[in-house]
Amino acid sequence: MAIKVRIPTPLRKLTNGKDEVIGEGKNVKELINNIETQYPGLKERICEEDGKIRRFVNIYVNDEDIRFKNSIDTELKDSDEVSIIPAIAGGKF
Amino acid sequence: MKIENWKLEILKWNKKTICNLNFAIFILQLERSDMNFTEEQIERYSRHIILPEVGGKGQAKLLTAKVFVLGAGGLGSPALYYLAAAGVGTIGIADADCVDLSNLQRQIIHSTSKIGLPKVESAKRTIEDLNPDVKVIAYNERLNIGNITQIIRDYDVILDGSDNFPTRFLMNDACFFEKKTLVSGSMFRFDGQVTIFQPHEGKPCYRCLYPEPPPKGLVPSCQEAGVLGALAGVIGVIQAVEAIKQVLKIGDELAGYLLIFDALAMTFRKVKVRRDPQCSLCGDNPTIKELIMYEETCEIREKRCEK
Repeated sequence: MAIKVRIPTPLRKLTNGKDEVIGEGKNVKELINNIETQYPGLKERICEEDGKIRRFVNIYVNDEDIRFKNSIDTELKDSDEVSIIPAIAGGKF
Repeated sequence: MKIENWKLEILKWNKKTICNLNFAIFILQLERSDMNFTEEQIERYSRHIILPEVGGKGQAKLLTAKVFVLGAGGLGSPALYYLAAAGVGTIGIADADCVDLSNLQRQIIHSTSKIGLPKVESAKRTIEDLNPDVKVIAYNERLNIGNITQIIRDYDVILDGSDNFPTRFLMNDACFFEKKTLVSGSMFRFDGQVTIFQPHEGKPCYRCLYPEPPPKGLVPSCQEAGVLGALAGVIGVIQAVEAIKQVLKIGDELAGYLLIFDALAMTFRKVKVRRDPQCSLCGDNPTIKELIMYEETCEIREKRCEK
């Protein structure tokens, strides 16, 4: 099952500059592990050591935050689009 | 003549007089406000007054509104410019930095001749030159636990254009305690985000979206982060649009949504932001009862202004 994952600019160094990558997985957890095998280093930026999503990063399936669904066990279907949305602070600089 | 009578009158007009229609609408909009505009004001704000959604009434609201802008930098510059042009009567600006040559790639409220001046002073001069109706209150200081509450208390709407996480969390918490609407904008390289935090209206706060700031070292340092100058314009102007809508109470709410702009892909996306019942600030069992100042995640640029 191919799932489109949108990569924010701070993480594009790890995806050879790609703003979108294709991953596989029945749920978000499997998807993250799958994209980690393709682009090593991504998982560490998104997840804590215990596998939970970092508190300053949100994962969206379509327009819903997975924290309000089933977290990393949120199931995925073929047409879903997953977005990684980190907190950004720049404004004044 | 009453508005209803005006409408009947307008219906009687033939095509030749249709060009008078805009003028007639304009008069109607003016009549609906209680404010005594000067002739100069009527001309200056004519493109607002003619809009049924703004009108004389809305323009009067803008002229009596008080908007606070945190940071006269990349986001603050375009936001301040449009808020001032719109005739927001009182604008507060807080910034402790001075204008530097490297700011001018995006911080359009400043200019080459203002290098070395405190940013708040530079912004104040630009605004006063643009629109004498605006009263600018400048705070040439960093916001902290000790001063933030007192400073924001007098304002109707707050815009956050700060450049660091500790200040963003501090502003979020202060706005929650003071029940202020916070129009938040941020940017990084080619990405921008805009949303409105309004926990006092049952909408989410910043901590519902991101519970905590990132620890040191996990985000690129301020020195290595670049930003596309014109991106600041896109995001800052959206903040100004939302602040003006808040004052006028028109349009759809951005509260409850995060607008994400990707300048490289040239896409705008809107995702949902939910109020988190577990939120440590505005949730059902809050643990944060007072203001917190987190440690800076990047070097503070202590610099004295040359002018």
